[in-house]
This record gives sequence, C-alpha cells and structure tokens, in this order.
Amino acid sequence: MSLIELSAAEQSRKLAAGEISSVELVQAYLDRIEKYDGSVGAFLRYDTGRAIAAAKEIDKRRAAGETLGPLAGIPVAVKDILAERGQRTSCASKMLEEFHAPYDATVIARLKATDAVLIGRTNMDEFAMGGSTENSAFQTTQNPWNLKCSPGGSSGGAAAAVAADFAPLSIGTDTGGSIRQPAGFCGIVGFKPTYGRVSRFGLVAFASSLDQVGPLARSVEDIALLYSVIAGHDPQDSTSLDKPIEFATPIDKPLEGLKIGVVAEHFAEGLDSEVESAVREAFATYESLGAKLVEVSLPHSKYAVATYYVIAPCEASSNLARYDGVHYGYRSDQAKLAAELAAERAALEEAGERGAAEDLDTPLVRMYRKSRSEAFGPEVKRRIMLGTYALSAGYYDAYYLKALQVRRLIRQDYDKAFAEVDVIAGPVTPTPPFELGSLVDDPLAMYLVDLYTVSANLTGIPALSLPCGASKSGLPIGLQLQAKPLAEETLLRAGHMYQSATDWHTRRPPL
Amino acid sequence: MSKYTTIIGLEVHVQLATKSKLFCRCSTQFGAEPNTQTCPVCIGMPGSLPVMNEEALNLALQTAVALNCTIPPLTKWDRKQYYYPDLPKGYQISQYDMPMSEHGHLEISDSKDRFETKQIRILRAHLEEDAGKSVHDEVAGRADSVIDLNRTGTPLLEIVSEPDMRSALEARAYLDELKLLLTYIGVSDCNMQEGSLRVDANVNLHIDKGGEKIATPIVEIKNMNSFRAVERAIEYEAGRQYKVWQETGAKLGDSPKQTRGWDDAAGVTRGQRSKEESSDYRYFPDPDLVPVSFSDEQVDAAKASLGELPSTIRESLQSDHGLSAYDAEVLVNQGRTLIDYYQSAVKVAGDAKGVCNWVTQDVLRVLKESDAGIETFSITAASLGDFVAKQKSGELPTARGRDVFDAMLEKGLSAADAMHSLGIEEVDDSELESLCQSLLEANPRIVDDVKGGKQQAVGALIGQAKKQNPNADPSKVRQICLDLIAKM
Repeated sequence: MSLIELSAAEQSRKLAAGEISSVELVQAYLDRIEKYDGSVGAFLRYDTGRAIAAAKEIDKRRAAGETLGPLAGIPVAVKDILAERGQRTSCASKMLEEFHAPYDATVIARLKATDAVLIGRTNMDEFAMGGSTENSAFQTTQNPWNLKCSPGGSSGGAAAAVAADFAPLSIGTDTGGSIRQPAGFCGIVGFKPTYGRVSRFGLVAFASSLDQVGPLARSVEDIALLYSVIAGHDPQDSTSLDKPIEFATPIDKPLEGLKIGVVAEHFAEGLDSEVESAVREAFATYESLGAKLVEVSLPHSKYAVATYYVIAPCEASSNLARYDGVHYGYRSDQAKLAAELAAERAALEEAGERGAAEDLDTPLVRMYRKSRSEAFGPEVKRRIMLGTYALSAGYYDAYYLKALQVRRLIRQDYDKAFAEVDVIAGPVTPTPPFELGSLVDDPLAMYLVDLYTVSANLTGIPALSLPCGASKSGLPIGLQLQAKPLAEETLLRAGHMYQSATDWHTRRPPL
Repeated sequence: MSKYTTIIGLEVHVQLATKSKLFCRCSTQFGAEPNTQTCPVCIGMPGSLPVMNEEALNLALQTAVALNCTIPPLTKWDRKQYYYPDLPKGYQISQYDMPMSEHGHLEISDSKDRFETKQIRILRAHLEEDAGKSVHDEVAGRADSVIDLNRTGTPLLEIVSEPDMRSALEARAYLDELKLLLTYIGVSDCNMQEGSLRVDANVNLHIDKGGEKIATPIVEIKNMNSFRAVERAIEYEAGRQYKVWQETGAKLGDSPKQTRGWDDAAGVTRGQRSKEESSDYRYFPDPDLVPVSFSDEQVDAAKASLGELPSTIRESLQSDHGLSAYDAEVLVNQGRTLIDYYQSAVKVAGDAKGVCNWVTQDVLRVLKESDAGIETFSITAASLGDFVAKQKSGELPTARGRDVFDAMLEKGLSAADAMHSLGIEEVDDSELESLCQSLLEANPRIVDDVKGGKQQAVGALIGQAKKQNPNADPSKVRQICLDLIAKM
C-alpha cells in the first residue's frame, strides 16, 4: 500500500514509529499534485520548497527526540479564506488577490502548533459564495471523479484535494453547506461542527452567524483527528463556545440503540432517484447495524433556503463593506478615474446639464464604486445587492426580521426532532454532481442545491457528510447526518459505524 | 415675553477612560504618531473579530446609573453602516434599538437663579466605537486626504437628552453638570480639545402666534468645539430660525431634519450639502458579538462604586455645612479632589464656613496663579484645618491670618510653626491691660475725646499697641481701652 493510501491517523502512527519520514510523505503528495493538479485545479497556490522545508524541520525535531503534535509532519491543505501570517489570503477574489495577512487565523495557529505541514491553499468560490467553485476569480476546479463535473463548493478545492490524494486532510468552511456539499460531490467526508466550536478568528467573514470552519478527509477517524486539533474555545472570537471538546467515548465504539430520524420532507419533489436509493440503502445499512429508524418532521425546512438567502446576503453585504479600496486590497486606477470624471463633467457642462454635473460622484465615491465593481465577481455583487436591499429602511422587517423569526422556527423543529432521535439522516444534495457550467446562468437553481445543508447553519447544529453510493455514471453520492448542538461525538461515532460496515470512503477517483 | 421658546436637545459623545480600545487591546493614549496604535481588529482586516472590553462596559454602566438611567435586562450591539475612509470596516459598532441604558435624568440649577432648577430627561446612553480621523489637505487645489486610525475603536458613550432645555444658558448648565458628574465618577477626562467630549445640538423653536404654537424644523448643529461655542451656536441658530420662519413660514415636518455646521470664527451655522445628510444606516445586530445582560448585582455594584455625586455634595454643603448655594457651587465645581481636601480640612477645623472662605478665596487664588491642582498644593488639608481652628479659638489673631497662611504656603510650615516663625503668640489679658493702661496715661487727649463721645478716637491707640506688641489682638485692645476709660 502506498503512503498516500494510508489514513492520516495511520500515517501519524508510522511517522511516530519512525517507519516513514515526513519528507517522504509530503513528497509523495507533492508528486501527485505536480502530476494531476494541472487537470484538477484544486490549489490556488502551493509551495513545494516551503512544504519540504517544513517536513525536514519536523523530521529533524523528531529525530532529536522532541515531543511533537498529533499532526506532526502530515500535510494539510487549507481553503484560501483563512488568514496566514505573511501569506496571501485571496478568498479567490480579485479584491484580495495581493492581500498578505499580517496575522494567523486561530485555526492556522493551531495547525502550526500541532506541527502540521501546510501544503497549499485551495480554490473556492469567491468569498465562499457559491456551490460549484466556479465563482473563483482565478480558476475552476474539476471534480476528480469526472473532470467535466463540478467538485461542488464553496470548498471545492479543499474537497477535490482530498479526493485526488493531494493531501490526506484539508480545512474548509461551511456557511450553507460549503464543506458537506463538495465532500458529497467528491466522495469524501466533510464535517461542519456546532457553530462556535471552531474559532472564526482569521476566517474572512462571509456570513458571520453561519460561518464555521471544519475538516475534510477520507474517513471519519481522520475527521475526528483534525477536528480535535482545530476545535476549542478562543477568547479572540466572542461567539466561540467555552465547552470541552474531549470525547467521552472513542469514536470507533458503535452506538447502542442508535435512533435515526428520517425526515419526510427530505424525500419530496426534486430529489434525484439515484440519490434517494443510495440514501435509503444507507438507512438499511444502519438498520442492519442495530439502529432504529424513526420518522420525524421538519415542517419549516421548506423555508430554509429562502431564509438562508436573506440572512447570508444581509450579513455578507455588511462584512464585505470593508473592501472599499481605501486601506488594502484592490483599488481602481485613480488617474483613470480622475480623467473619466473630468470628461463626464465636461460633457455635462457642455450639454448645459449643470444639475447633473453637480450630482456627479465625488472622486472618493467614484473610487469606491469602481474598485468594488471591478474587483468583485457577479455572484458576490448579487449577494451584496440582495443584502443591502433587505436591510434597507422599509424592508428590514419584511426580510431580515422575518428571516430571523423563521430561523427560530426551524431550530424549534430540530429541537423537537432531537427529543426523539439521536441523529437525523438524509441526502446531502438533491442530485449527484452537476456538470461545470450547467447552472452558472441559473442562480436560483444553484441556490436550491443547498436545500438539505443550509438548515444546519441556520440552527448551528453539527452535520456530517459521508460518501454512501455512486450514480450510474460513477459520480459520488453523499449521506448527511445531523445531530443536536455539541453532539459531535454522537455524530462521529454514527459516521464511523457506517464506514466500518461500508467501503464507499475507500474508493478513489480514476485520475 | 419672548416671541418664541427655544427647544434644545443635546447629544454628547464621551470618550470613556479605558486604557485600551473597545474591541481590541490597542492603546487609547492621545497624541501618538498617526497609525501607531492600530491592530488587525481596529483597522478591520479581513477575518479579524471584535472582543468587548469589560472595563468599557463597566464605565458605561457606572455613567448610566449616575445619570439615573434604567438598565434593561438585555443589551446588544448593532452595525451602523456607511462608507467613509476613516471607518475601515464600512460600519460602526454601535447600539440601535436595545441601548444599554435609557430613561435617566440630570438636574440642572443656577446659583444665580437665572433659570429655575429643573430635571433634564436622558433618553438613552449607549456604547459605541469611535471612527478614525481624516485630515484633509487641500494645498494648491490638489485635494489630498490622509487618515489616522489611532482613534478608531475608542470607546464612546453617546448620551442623548430629551429636548428639555429652553435656552443656551440651560444647555450650558446641562453640559457643565454632565461634565462635572463624569469627572467626579472618573469615567472620562472630558477633554474637548482632545475630542474626549463632543456635543451635537438639536434645536428648533416654538413660536407663539396668536395663541397657536408653531414649531420650526429641527436643525442639528455640529462642529462645536467648546461649551461656549455650543451656547453661541444655539443663540445664533434660534435667531436664524426665527428669521427664516418670518420669511418662509416653514414648519416642522415641511422638510427633513437639516444638519448645520458651526463656524466659530464667523459666528454662524452653515447648511451642509443635502447629499451628506440623507442616510440609511441599515442597522442590524452585529453577529460577531454576543448580547450582554447586566445582573442586579452588577448594577448595584456600579451604583455603590460611584461615591458622592456633585448634586448630593452641593446639597450637604448647604444643609450640613451651612454654606451658601454659591459657595457650595464654587467648591463642587472644582472637582472631587478639592472637595475631599475641603472636607478633610473641615474635620480638623470644625469650622466649615471658615475653611470655605480660605479655600474659595486664598487656596483657589494660589492654585489659579500657579496653574496647579490641589493634589500638589503645599498646605495639606490637615494643616489648613488646624490653621482655621487656631483662628476660631483666637489663638491666631484674624489680622495675622494672611501672614501665617503665606508662611505656611511658602515654607511648607504647619500653622503652629508658621506662627512661631512670625513670633505670634497669645498675649495674656493682664499683660494687655497694663499695656492699655500705660497707653491711656500717655494719651490724655484721646481719653478726653472718647469721653466726649468720639469712640473711634481709640483707634489710634490700637496702632500704638500693635507697635509695642505685634501679638496684641486689636479687638481686645479696643475693648479693654474702652472699658478702662469708662472706669476713669
């Protein structure tokens, strides 16, 4: 078995035992990246020299008998939305193309402290807005299972990197499904912890009340390994939870009498039949493992996508206001701006339109306008406009406030359901991966892909996406498990139970 | 009877005296090199997050309870959104519909009775972060602006009054009283020059037109850099509004609220471009911060931490110390440390009025001349108290008081040592009597004059007595002489 086929947990054991070196391991992944990332496009940047140097340093420290962290020497890919000191953090946006963060995100600091090798920065939808990674300002990422298909998004690069064996572990972020959906599309595991479990400090904000950092990997075991490193209270994030993250029971211990909620509303119009049968087969697997299926209802889930697409854009419109060309990031060419304004003024004055000439933008306002219109992509602009509109005087109550009310109702549905069941299981997405370009002209259809994933963000609960099947054309299908807040242990044990009985997670794309 | 009543409400921004900013650990020290007191949080770097400064919350709470505000069970933080280069996040973290305090009041009065004592209601006081500073340089027509973000994120308490003031004088009294209160409880240095206290005034008129009350449109006045400027701006604005009303008849509701800037040099308010006024701040709850609830214990602790407030002290100086309203006002206006000084001195002296006279006349004069505070004054409170006590007991003749005070001041002596250095000691009554006897014998004409009804003639003897014994108490000399003459 080659190095890259081992789980990160296994790699860690072999590294600790001195059976392999970090340089060997990192080199094996770099070789794969060099060979295949030209066609996959998972990474926006990777630095072979830096990764090898880091691996060497860890090997040296290990040889010197130092105690190293649990991820020592293991490559981790990071979505290009987490600030890393001195490194570019572009959010796949022209706006931050040249932005070098002056500090480390807490998650990055924790990875560094645990001696992980940060192998590269992965592609994403611009500012994490999208579900296909096609909204990256720089490149598209192809699904390793079928290069014509989308890897999902917004953490498409992070998911594709693990699926293509460019790294055993990667870090993504999930605001409405951005870890779980690409994990599902790429046939790997993706995990969104409870809101507040992982610090958002240094995570470039899209929608602050929904954003959560989480791990992507092949197995639930590796997910737990990476989760335990990045989770935990952070005083730099006021919304960070001050609750212990240690598990009472190892995740490989099956859950006795597991009660799985099956949501009637999940199996309605719009669900692809191949997805439905794969998910139902997973239910059967659980039953064979002793789990009991219980029908539950989430009556307000039909409003989840609408609610999400009010709240997320509202917060985004505010969070992205700081990109104004003044302090950092992209600024439109000022000489050109000044010339353009002068020409407009002259034309208006010549036409005798004195009032219009006086109403012309000030140079500052014009700089704001141009910088933002030139550096943001269409989806980001769409959401900024949606959010700005929804928060405007006279519309706030009808949109934002109403959305907050529905958000509470959705949470109540879940609370009720979790009074009866341990986890809720269902599809991750209504369909298998779609072809690149097929939805770009239909934003609404693209939003509806988030049907099953947004509720976990609106309610703050943890959710896990596992590979559970394949379509006839060989594309991965995902199973989503959700649990009540802070029940990460239940979720990961349930996920591990499934993976102990199935081999979907061991299948690799034919690159 | 005036033609109109001026209606005034004030919005006061007070910088809270925290060491660090509201949401990060950067220093709030005034006067540092531009952009040296900044970090990723206060300059709004991507991914940075705010963390509430507990000390700012405490100071805000203390202020709110000192202003008699109610503290709601829950308060939250909102984003006030607008674009400006000195606002790096594109929004200011403030409080919109759930401020941390509301419905308070502050009493104002005038020791010269130019207006009746009244309570000015406080609508709300809320916590927010300051923006940075834009410096506009328009040399040779080439508009160029630079930005200093040192101030960005400094904690401010915005205190909004109800429109309860009726004259520039009342507005001034409100500001004076507010500033006094804030400095007494130590939550702000209220330094207007450094921007620690900023005032905006909302002004309009109620015009009595044949029994009908007509309100003029409300104008918000900005850019006032001193309390005097606030007074002048309000007076000017009232006159201007009356003139405009006479010309146009424009009433409240005819046009949106206007903002006018005060031009101190020209002594006028000027309208700002309407474009700068129209704003939709799109307030919404800041998802990066969690709501705060103050417990009853916290509110009680804040109340307990306040100490005596100016209004209470003023009252007790009059009722317990027997001082006039004017004297009480003068003392209290000097600030908490002077009151502490005064009260310690009174304890030793047992003579409130006597200490008050020396403090308000001599101590304050010396402090003013040397531009110093009471903290560095060379006569301690105990010393001054002892000094006043000695005068009261007669040990120190009143006439020598000033000499002794000066000696104490210059040489740092105690009252007793100063008296000793000046050779002042109490003269025995029998010694005085023999001194007077000899003076009368030497001046038969004066004795005759007094006997003839010219009592004031005895004055000449007092001078001679002082010459022979500088410690002779003039009033005693006078009385003894008169008694002796009567017996002759």
